[in-house]
Amino acid sequence: MNRTAQDIYNNTVEFIRTFGAFQLFFLRLLQHSPALLFGRFPVVVKQVYNAGALSLVIVMICGLFVGAVLALQAYSNMSRFNAEDWTGVAAAFALVKELGPVMTAILFAGRAGTALTSEIGLMKATDQLAAMEMMAVNPVSRVLVPRFLGGVIAMPLLAAIFSAVGMFGAHLVGVELFQVDVGSFWQQIQLTVELSDVNEGIIKSIVFGVAASLIAVWEGYNTVPTAEGVGRATTRTVVITAITILVFDFMITAALI
Amino acid sequence: MLSSGVTCQGYYFVLADYSKNLIEIQDLTFSRGPRKIFDGLDLTIKRGQVTALMGPSGTGKTTLLRLITRQLIPEHGTIYVDGVDISTLDQSELYRLRQRFGMLFQNGALLTDLTVFENVAFPLREHTKLSQRLIRHIVLTKLHAVGLRGAAAMTPAELSGGMARRVALARAMVMDPDILLYDEPFVGLDPISMGVIVRLVRRMNDALGITSILVSHDVEEVATVADNSFLLSDGKVAASGSPDELRTANSELVRQFMHGMADGPVAFHYDAPSYEEQLLGRDTE
Repeated sequence: MNRTAQDIYNNTVEFIRTFGAFQLFFLRLLQHSPALLFGRFPVVVKQVYNAGALSLVIVMICGLFVGAVLALQAYSNMSRFNAEDWTGVAAAFALVKELGPVMTAILFAGRAGTALTSEIGLMKATDQLAAMEMMAVNPVSRVLVPRFLGGVIAMPLLAAIFSAVGMFGAHLVGVELFQVDVGSFWQQIQLTVELSDVNEGIIKSIVFGVAASLIAVWEGYNTVPTAEGVGRATTRTVVITAITILVFDFMITAALI
Repeated sequence: MLSSGVTCQGYYFVLADYSKNLIEIQDLTFSRGPRKIFDGLDLTIKRGQVTALMGPSGTGKTTLLRLITRQLIPEHGTIYVDGVDISTLDQSELYRLRQRFGMLFQNGALLTDLTVFENVAFPLREHTKLSQRLIRHIVLTKLHAVGLRGAAAMTPAELSGGMARRVALARAMVMDPDILLYDEPFVGLDPISMGVIVRLVRRMNDALGITSILVSHDVEEVATVADNSFLLSDGKVAASGSPDELRTANSELVRQFMHGMADGPVAFHYDAPSYEEQLLGRDTE
């Protein structure tokens, strides 16, 4: 019993310590961000390309099929009430408010987040970060902040592309396959989906972008510098990001409803 | 007393006082987990000399380089670099001090997303506003000195281990530092490269009036290049002097290390149960 209590105490203390360090790490990234954004923007653009453009194909393919399957589900259920015209609205709401940001963030964690973690982890394992320190170059501002900002900027753009391609997938299924009237399909969306709905999606994608990028660079920076350590950190990035995003999704939705 | 030595450091010149010690370490204690690496270490490194840190594996030679540059923080003790207690420096002061250092890491530590040329140019681009033309000129000069001007366009992944270390050496000296730290500079070099690098270390030290600290196991090469040597053992300096003095020292430990003998105070085998008992499986009974 004493041993269990001691373990719980130790784990709690360790969790609080790690969480505190995580917050300080976040503040350090924010502290260095303005200098990068206004002083060395091309470095950030390169990371937007790395995080964003390289995730584009996977995001577009997934967006297309998610939109298509949403339209399938919506059509089969709406047709029971003779409300097939609302197929597009159901798909649009689901994509813009929920699945666009959430799915993109999870795909982003799997594609770009893991790449960030393993890249930074390997830089640590091969003394590249220590070499920068020795060259009087702060690795936080030179390596971590550009990658963090690249992820934060890329995520909302990817989420927008996911939703747009998803709507195209919904159009293919709803209009081309099930012959829903194209005018009704898009007019219902135009009349029903409001700016506040789009804003909700934008807010979520920004928050998820910050969370996914932050977790990825944190895990990379705190990797145990061995092959096994980098592997574990990469796995943790995906698992922690997925859980964090789903929790944040619930909290943001509850706050905005 | 100021000597005639002049140190080239970026744009300006500093008259160095060679009579003073450059690095002083006093009563240094440092542990990794339960293992004490240094226990009351005292050590002084003279300005303008090539100083070798030697010792059996695990005696903390690389750790000492990291402590001198404050990549690690000691539990106890003081390290003075050029008369300044480095534990009192804030980050910007520490970075200013580190600009006076050049360090060759054991594995090269080249930035893998940059070419050889860009790796060597990296400190210049970060800390100076030199023109592209001048940066190109300096980088090619340094790469030529290590024999790799022809590899400027290659990436670190395309280099052999020895080539990567030579590029790292070019990068370490590109800012014309006051103090050059070499962590095992001779490992993985073929005999030709080794001869060139040994001469380069000596020539740079003398021509530029810098101070070099060399971590190496290679007794023969150290003997040809070092002015002074420290043999570390059990967290302290076991012996010091010129390589020739160490060779002829009476101490059993020094003799064992300098002549590579298996028997002596430093055990070749890590602590283990009896060999016979273990082979017969009695240690698990």
